[in-house]
Amino acid sequence: MKQWRRPGLWLSLALTVAVSLWPVFASNKAYAREVAFTILKATALASSLNILLGYTGYVSFGHIVFFGLGGYVGFYLISVHSLPIYVGVLAAAASAALLAFLLGKAILRLRGAYFALATIGVNEAARAFIKNFDPFGGPTGMTLNFSVYRHYGGPNQALWIAYAAVAGLTLLVVLTSFLVKTSRFGLGLMAIRENEDAAEVMGVVAPSAKTWAYVISAVFPAMIGVLFFFKNGNIEPGDAFVLHQSIESIVMVMLGGQGTVLGPLLGAAAYQRLRGFLLVSPLFKNIQLTVSGVLLLVIILFVPAGLVGWLRGRFPPLRRVLE
Amino acid sequence: MLDFIVASLADGLLLGFVYGIAAMGLSLIWGVMDVINLSHGSIMALGMFGIYFAFNDWGLHPYLTLVLVAGAGLLLGILIYSAAVHRVIDAPHLSTLLATFSVDMILIGIGTALLSTSPRNVDFTLGSISLGPITLPWVRLAAALAAILVAALLHLFLYRTRSGKSIRAVANNRAAAELMGIPSSRVLALSFGLGTMLATIAGALISTFFPFTVLAGGAYQLRSFVICVLGGLGNPLGALIGGLILGGLEGIIPAFMETSWVPVVEFILFVAMLLVRPAGLLRSKT
Repeated sequence: MKQWRRPGLWLSLALTVAVSLWPVFASNKAYAREVAFTILKATALASSLNILLGYTGYVSFGHIVFFGLGGYVGFYLISVHSLPIYVGVLAAAASAALLAFLLGKAILRLRGAYFALATIGVNEAARAFIKNFDPFGGPTGMTLNFSVYRHYGGPNQALWIAYAAVAGLTLLVVLTSFLVKTSRFGLGLMAIRENEDAAEVMGVVAPSAKTWAYVISAVFPAMIGVLFFFKNGNIEPGDAFVLHQSIESIVMVMLGGQGTVLGPLLGAAAYQRLRGFLLVSPLFKNIQLTVSGVLLLVIILFVPAGLVGWLRGRFPPLRRVLE
Repeated sequence: MLDFIVASLADGLLLGFVYGIAAMGLSLIWGVMDVINLSHGSIMALGMFGIYFAFNDWGLHPYLTLVLVAGAGLLLGILIYSAAVHRVIDAPHLSTLLATFSVDMILIGIGTALLSTSPRNVDFTLGSISLGPITLPWVRLAAALAAILVAALLHLFLYRTRSGKSIRAVANNRAAAELMGIPSSRVLALSFGLGTMLATIAGALISTFFPFTVLAGGAYQLRSFVICVLGGLGNPLGALIGGLILGGLEGIIPAFMETSWVPVVEFILFVAMLLVRPAGLLRSKT
């Protein structure tokens, strides 16, 4: 397999591992773990979104729906049926895959802005439905019984387990993203992005390729969702289906460079660090959203290819390393 | 029961006219330049606060202020278009979606920093009128009438004036319109301004009977999406009809199930509509 030798893969994986290991060596471990958890979660969400958004060119504005629904399914199994966490994660992945498959068959027929609108509609419908769905706790959601943590050797141990799982998943997302990009399947997706009709003429079976891209990009957010809400200990509709978070993932992808493996990693890390900085800085903390908005606007208007795209365009030798 | 349905339906329909105006702004912008304006909601919130401050601090009459708010909305839209949208008008949809979203972030960021997110209301009543089982507050009736008036004026503007005809020409085919000597950038800026003007008017009207916060626009923006898709994206008249349908639904559904189910029905209808008839109930035309 020639693609194993490409430096771009190892660079991305090494960065992910470096962020994952940082809390182990940091002096304030619990704090570093929380920060790294946020960055890894954002990276995984952005990277999986990138498979649909960057490679395939379909703008999913409501991608957070999989994070929320997956989180709910896993949380329900863990808290109500006291199943182990890995069962919850796998069940969430399976249900997200199924939902994405069925939903994809329907809404991926829409193009451009119509697709974007439909994904917003799906997210809002899901949120409104869960609010009324009593087995999942309705509007107040569910809270994890503290005794559940005992199976994992106490709350502290449980948090580290959740963290390790998120780190492993993020690594898996980055690897998947790379493998999709360098595969024949990925080439088909990029052909769809450039011109869907032409791609079909060239023999890409667009409907099924798009659906699989959608399924792949839906599975990971669902699993991350379970771990995130397991770590938090409670879940409610207001936290699970935040449209704003969905759009933040798009911003991260754009910031780093859409359609690249490394881009979403850098974008997610940069965005989260910037947000963290703005939130605690006395000068900007009240106006954090505005500063992010201005930054986003500047990127959209002047650097539409994102950081990695810009570097690749500016310094051609870097193209071998930055993928 | 029947009385309740009739009263609630009348209430919903009156509200539907105002929803229709908000959606009309979104639909106009989409129809002319294929841009979905994600800052629509926060601009509606600006309209609400325009009335709030004019009424509470300066004691101006809300309906008088409406004209000022509309003018400010028009100018703001032209400003937003020139600063954020014009450069990416021909780029893929993602760019314009994110450009307008960043405007939304900027507005909401400033709004929350200056005004916090505590709820406000405009304490303004005109009494109410009773027709059989229905009791309607005059502010709602006046808002519906204002909405109809605005829709009629917009129609006259689009079909009877030279600028309006230019807007329709650009919507129809921008390249051809440019060849005919229409300054398309100016027309696009004007259309965007008209769209945001309608948003501020809708926000202003809503503020006279519902409480609101800086973030209140979001819910109305989502409703506007639903309405636009019902009536056909890019079809201003369809938006008014879509608004009436949505208002009617919001009036009727609570009679049969709990109010919290209303958004579920709305958004399922929305997605279904996109799949079955993306061009809307009426065929899309501008």
